Amino acid sequence: MTAAAAFFYLFSIVMIGSAFMVIAARNPVHSVLFLILAFVNAAGLFLLLGAEFLAMIIVIVYVGAVAVLFLFVVMMLDVDFAELKQGFLQYLPVGALIGAAVLIELVLVVGAWTQAPAAIAGAGAPTPPDVSNTLALGRVLYTKYVYFFQAAGLILLTAMIGAIVLTLRHKPDVKRQVIADQNARDKSDVVLKKVPSRAGV
Amino acid sequence: MTVGLNQYLIVAAMLFTLGIAGIILNRKNIIVILMSVELILLSVNINFVAFSSFLGDLTGQVFSLFILTVAAAEAAIGLAVLVTYFRNRGSIAVEDINVMKG
Repeated sequence: MTAAAAFFYLFSIVMIGSAFMVIAARNPVHSVLFLILAFVNAAGLFLLLGAEFLAMIIVIVYVGAVAVLFLFVVMMLDVDFAELKQGFLQYLPVGALIGAAVLIELVLVVGAWTQAPAAIAGAGAPTPPDVSNTLALGRVLYTKYVYFFQAAGLILLTAMIGAIVLTLRHKPDVKRQVIADQNARDKSDVVLKKVPSRAGV
Repeated sequence: MTVGLNQYLIVAAMLFTLGIAGIILNRKNIIVILMSVELILLSVNINFVAFSSFLGDLTGQVFSLFILTVAAAEAAIGLAVLVTYFRNRGSIAVEDINVMKG
């Protein structure tokens, strides 16, 4: 067994195990932490596949942003999660049944599917030999797929504005800066007081 | 024992199945449902990158990048809706979410 194969099985087993713990853990905080573990192992799989840029993006975006967002929300909401866990055993048979059916179907598809040997053998590496993965991705992303790239940026902008609009709220008892009032203030309104040193107001 | 395309596809299939099972098993807890959706998207990403690597076509990795973008946007919007809902109702149980009027 080569080192690459050993690492493939290590990453896969840890990833599947932590994905199982994501859905089985009692505490949602543990679920989020196992989700982070699954993402890190998926990044390892991507590294094995030669997609270094995507591996780093997975670590930065998922682990650094999405999982931490989940963690914030789980810790912020004051919910009795034990109560939400009630139906777990009740739904276990149907969930396991549907899961097994989907898994068997997918494995049958993958097992029955044969690749043309020429397709794999004739395929070179996705990136040219003298070019790094990031450079190759950038070359196609900013030329061939530039409109999709812009659309992705628009989607992110929409998501950002939507999230801000949804969660922003003005508390009535919080003092805020009113710039119009500040600009309209006249010299005669201002009261200057001489405060003695070390005395306070 | 070499690792081929089939091994990656089977791992992704197992991850996808776990995501589906997670949605069904945790149908009261919407946070775990969102996490299961993330798992499903991750399995799709693994499929794309595996095909891209073994078939020698970079398009799969580009598409995977866009899936990542949409997944991040979905998580942000979903959690924002969740926070707003919790402020209004004080609960996030899925069966309580049946009214569309604000």
